[in-house]
Amino acid sequence: MSEGVGVDLENVWIRFGDFVAVREANVQINGGEFFSFLGPSGCGKTTILRAVSGFLEPSDGNVLIGGNNMAGFGPNERPTALIFQNLALFPLMKVWENIAFSMEVRGASAGERRKRADELLDMIALSGQGDKLPSELSGGQKQRVAIARALCAEPDVLLLDEPLSALDLKLRQHMRSELREIQKRVGITFIYITHDQGEALTMSDSVAVMKAGIIDQIADGKSIYDDPATAFVASFVGENNVFRGKVKSVSKDSAIIETNRTGNLRARISSDNQGKLKVGDDAMMFIRPEALDISTNDTSSDTRIKARVTHSEFEGQSYHVFLEGTEGKEMKMSLINRGEDRMYERGKELYLDFDANQAVALPAGELASE
Amino acid sequence: MKTDSLLIRIGLGFYLVLFFTYLLGPLVLMSITAFNSPSFPQATPWEVLTFEWFNVLYNDARIVNGIKNSFIIGFFTVILSVIMGLAGALVLTQIWPKIRATFYTIIIAPILIPGVVLGISTLVFWDRVNVMLGLPNDSFLHNGILLTVLGQSTFIASYCMLVFVARLQRYDLGLTEAALDLGATHTQAFRKIQLPFLAPAIGSASVLAFLASFENYNTTTFTFGKYPTLTIELAQKVRYGINPSISALAFIIVCLTVLFALVHEVRNRRVQLAIANGAPVGAVTSGFKLPKIFAGNPVAVVLALFVAVAVAVISYAQFYDPEPAKAIILQEKRAAQQLRIEELQRKLKDKRLQKNLKGPDIFNEGKSKIPKLEEKKQKTPFGSGIFSPNNLNKVAPGAETPAPAPKPASPFGSVFDPTNLNKVAPKE
Ligand SMILES: Nc1ncnc2c1ncn2[C@@H]1O[C@H](COP(=O)(O)OP(=O)(O)OP(=O)(O)O)[C@@H](O)[C@H]1O
Ligand SMILES: [Mg+2]
Repeated sequence: MSEGVGVDLENVWIRFGDFVAVREANVQINGGEFFSFLGPSGCGKTTILRAVSGFLEPSDGNVLIGGNNMAGFGPNERPTALIFQNLALFPLMKVWENIAFSMEVRGASAGERRKRADELLDMIALSGQGDKLPSELSGGQKQRVAIARALCAEPDVLLLDEPLSALDLKLRQHMRSELREIQKRVGITFIYITHDQGEALTMSDSVAVMKAGIIDQIADGKSIYDDPATAFVASFVGENNVFRGKVKSVSKDSAIIETNRTGNLRARISSDNQGKLKVGDDAMMFIRPEALDISTNDTSSDTRIKARVTHSEFEGQSYHVFLEGTEGKEMKMSLINRGEDRMYERGKELYLDFDANQAVALPAGELASE
Repeated sequence: MKTDSLLIRIGLGFYLVLFFTYLLGPLVLMSITAFNSPSFPQATPWEVLTFEWFNVLYNDARIVNGIKNSFIIGFFTVILSVIMGLAGALVLTQIWPKIRATFYTIIIAPILIPGVVLGISTLVFWDRVNVMLGLPNDSFLHNGILLTVLGQSTFIASYCMLVFVARLQRYDLGLTEAALDLGATHTQAFRKIQLPFLAPAIGSASVLAFLASFENYNTTTFTFGKYPTLTIELAQKVRYGINPSISALAFIIVCLTVLFALVHEVRNRRVQLAIANGAPVGAVTSGFKLPKIFAGNPVAVVLALFVAVAVAVISYAQFYDPEPAKAIILQEKRAAQQLRIEELQRKLKDKRLQKNLKGPDIFNEGKSKIPKLEEKKQKTPFGSGIFSPNNLNKVAPGAETPAPAPKPASPFGSVFDPTNLNKVAPKE
């Protein structure tokens, strides 16, 4: 994997006037990696991508591609190709001309271009459609043409700006695996931007989670999900039950949080924050809905919550049970559908168990607004 | 209710008729005069169908020269204006978005400034430049074509810019970025991506610029030097009286305009139809498939009719000879005129006789006589030579005040026609 060309952001700041769009970004992307930036709308993902592709220069810091500082190199001089959020296929050119545009500007003959375009059309399963105009293609086909056009330029780094956001769910899922497959085949570095966490988690080797210009965490998908570094990451990626409170006691890798409404609960301290949480600090504890389970035991414990059902939902693969704690704290529990009826009625009292290793204690912080 | 809507419909119909009469009436009338034989452009009375005015037009060296100059100037104005307008539009939409409002005002100003002012200032400015460069008085900077092109382009470029701005606002700058990203230079991105997108706008801006240049008078009148354009020639001609060759020219221009408009419309419809049906555009833009077009395309039918009529008229003109008919009319006219002259002379004699008989009692007699005169004059056909000075002279010595009385009853038609003077005069 080390043969590909890596990308490094060193202490990158990007400002528009007084507005800071990207703050102190430090990212190492290995060659051949599928790297995602994940974050809510307007957090600066596109801005970072534009800095990598050369459409804007960082106000501070450096962008390195393959170890070379790219300062002063325009987008046409960088070994990157960008797939735009809106694809930006050339509407007046035929599909094959679109694909071979990068060869055309290098002066390749029409014959060469056509040949290469046909190869790429084969690869994206659009053989024989080269003579259409982009407007005559379906959304998913356009998508693939945009990918082929970018790949035709033989970039070392392919940048993708939410390329699937315009597609419907089915097609999006299909294109996800297709993209992943293409990436494995061509072996170049992909930098992928999305605000869809499912996309980021399923496709990426590494994910950077951004919040308002700041990169909160860079890790593989499993760590992001199971071991979030900040309250924002914990609340943005996947669903989570949040308990606010103070640190009551702390050991090396776990802590007891005195929650505001649910009593004392034990949780593992996320690996990025071990040693940073002190007794008396404001803290947050996160338990995923699927980490909760129904207990047969009703003795009180720091891994057990007493709650009353408000309503239940059936979603095919799982049941979602919405509950209210003793002091009105709302919670959600998800139970895998194993054939039992889990449609609990309103008002039913339940004891919920969780594994302290699946609960995460974090310093208090801003949550994702969703 | 029913009468209400009927009333509205009648009112609307009336309004439409009025509107189109107002809009197209002058053009139709002018086109008719091109085929009427009298040497002053007039639609009534219809005398004889003739094509001689097209001949006259063709043989009028000044008009032909004017057209030639107009085309040369139009050609260069199109080139200069389109380039300047495009540059302005690009700056306006893409380069400095922050000063857009100011820039827009500056660029649009030439449209608002009267053409006369632009003409004078062009003349003055380039004369200064000429002096500053120390060039002789007859240098290229005093060339009428150059100056006219420069002067017209100052405001025509603004028109072009508006066309381009409208198109550019729909341009996705992402396309240029995509091209750059794929390794194109800025020039390549412009030439291969943005320029093709602008092609339709360049087409319409060129047509607009050419028409604006062709019809311009205000600015050109100061700058044309030794190269009068068609509008200049026409204006000079009108000063000395015009003949229907002008109408013939107008007719040709109207026909060309209608033809181009129709062709354009037909093409548009076909492309739209094709796009609606999902066919590739290339399949429609090549080759003219007659039967298919006529299905549900009234414009094409109109176009075909138009062409057919034009062909018919032209072929008719090949063997049609209006001369005999004209000779007959001329004779009729002469006879009528002779009659009138005789009548007038007789009246004159009568009057003199009466005057001699009654002596100084002018008041009563004069009053009773004048209405009589009037009556008789109204009976004479329009376009007679009443107002020709010769006639006046003849009447004047006898009756003291006959001239003002008949004036309101007479038509204007021939009053301004200088040829009428000539026609009547030799017969005396
Ligand atoms: N040219 C610019 N001038 C001023 N502010 C800008 C400019 N480009 C982006 N911004 C600001 O920078 C912030 C980040 O924008 P960016 O386009 O990177 O968001 P994003 O993360 O890509 O969002 P989305 O998911 O909606 O595409 C936004 O608040 C935006 O308003
Ligand atoms: Mg974006």
